[in-house]
Amino acid sequence: MTQGEIEKIFRDEAGRALATLIRLVGDFDLAEDVLQEAFAVALARWPNEDPPVNPRAWLVNVGRNRAIDRIRRQIAFRGKLGELTHELLQNASVSDEVADAGVFDDDMLRLIFTCCHPSFAPDVQVALTLRTVCGLSTAQVARAFLASEEAMGQRLVRAKQKIRLAGIAYEVPEREALEPRLRGVLAVIYLVFTEGYAATSGEDLMRPDLAREAIRLARLLDALMPGRREIKGLLALMLLHDARRAGRETAGGDIVLLEEQDRSLWDRKQIAEGLLLVEDALRLPGPPQSYAVQAAIAALHARAPNYKDTDWPQIAGLYEVLLRISPSPVVELNRAAAVSMVDGPARALDLIDALQARGGLNGYELLPAVRADLLRRLGRHDAAREAYLAATAATKLEPLRRLYARRMAEIGN
Amino acid sequence: MQYLLMIYRNEAELAKMDPAARQKMSAEYGTFTQSIIQSGHFKAGDGLQPTTTATTVRVRDGKTLTTDGPFAETREQLGGYYLVEAKDLDTALGIAARIPGARDGSIEVRPVMIYK
Repeated sequence: MTQGEIEKIFRDEAGRALATLIRLVGDFDLAEDVLQEAFAVALARWPNEDPPVNPRAWLVNVGRNRAIDRIRRQIAFRGKLGELTHELLQNASVSDEVADAGVFDDDMLRLIFTCCHPSFAPDVQVALTLRTVCGLSTAQVARAFLASEEAMGQRLVRAKQKIRLAGIAYEVPEREALEPRLRGVLAVIYLVFTEGYAATSGEDLMRPDLAREAIRLARLLDALMPGRREIKGLLALMLLHDARRAGRETAGGDIVLLEEQDRSLWDRKQIAEGLLLVEDALRLPGPPQSYAVQAAIAALHARAPNYKDTDWPQIAGLYEVLLRISPSPVVELNRAAAVSMVDGPARALDLIDALQARGGLNGYELLPAVRADLLRRLGRHDAAREAYLAATAATKLEPLRRLYARRMAEIGN
Repeated sequence: MQYLLMIYRNEAELAKMDPAARQKMSAEYGTFTQSIIQSGHFKAGDGLQPTTTATTVRVRDGKTLTTDGPFAETREQLGGYYLVEAKDLDTALGIAARIPGARDGSIEVRPVMIYK
């Protein structure tokens, strides 16, 4: 087995092996330490001998034995040999249960729900999930947050301390608690995705690694909790958006808006998968669900031959549904943009101005950009230029700034 | 594990409450307290006199300094507490959410430190 193959196994198995080890040893830090030791043992052995049939179970067993050794040593060191009370030691002789895939699934869900516990701030939930569930290094998580590795390390340490000290249970919530907690988990996954799909700041428009992690997580969750339309809806939404990635950016890192994208660059295989999932999500019984409706909108874009011949009336209608079930300034703006394609930019501008007068869009940074686009299409160039300047000042993302500069150059001086 | 559930609410708002509402609130607290005694979660609990009755004490360089009022001026003030036994944080949060004061004030839930 090559070094590369071994590393791929680590990458694929780290989350699940860690999830099971945490339950077995009852401690996040100890589980992380002994899993690292198990990786080191594997790196030393696997290149020279036949790798185990079930590498995940192998890693967990090696890790668990290391943890047992450590606890025994600690007890011996403290001279409290009579105190063999640690649960792990009591269970040390229990027969090997970890080869069962179902056990790993349950543990992985426990880990996801623990990392996304509402007693953590949303960005801490995201950081913990990326670190422990996705197996990103602290340095990689720090990069995702544009934070220093040291600061991120401290935040993760504090979060893991809170799990232990505050008694956050390592379990999947039951009955009535499950729905709100699942919503929280999906919100974390979507946060990871949106940061990867449209970064909020910096040089790069997209960070595909984060988008990929989010899709991987949603796939995993869909497999672990099958038949849930909110999970299928979110997975479909992300697949359909991510399928357009190659068309969204020029080689030079400039943003290409949907209307100008070369649709032959879109990932058709991923779109097909997304479309099937949207249908699944919409077929499952229940009231309209936000991610599924957003995915249905993305599906209409994905199916359209070009920007003009998109089913805009249906998209505008779906945004109205979305506005009813989860109103937000983003949805209002998107609806206005869809209305501009059905009833023209003047009608859309009225909608936005009315919204703004109600104070509904205060401080929302894409507002001037949407206004600028409508004003440009109406031929009101002075007002459009002013709005583009406001849009430039409102964003921290370089590719967007360059787009606004291009637009201003197009409408001339 | 034991958790301290600290009940914070706006004293000024509370002072404006009419007698009927006040009576209703104390009946609700009575019912709630009975329910967690019966479920075995209750360890202790008390209401506190308002912060106008508070005195803060500090010792600096061996000298005792006494000031009128609470340590910090905040919008919500500590008005009472429960000490509960719960198997995990979610259970403690569930109990906290049932405290009548959670509906207009807020409950801070803190695990109690264990000394080994």
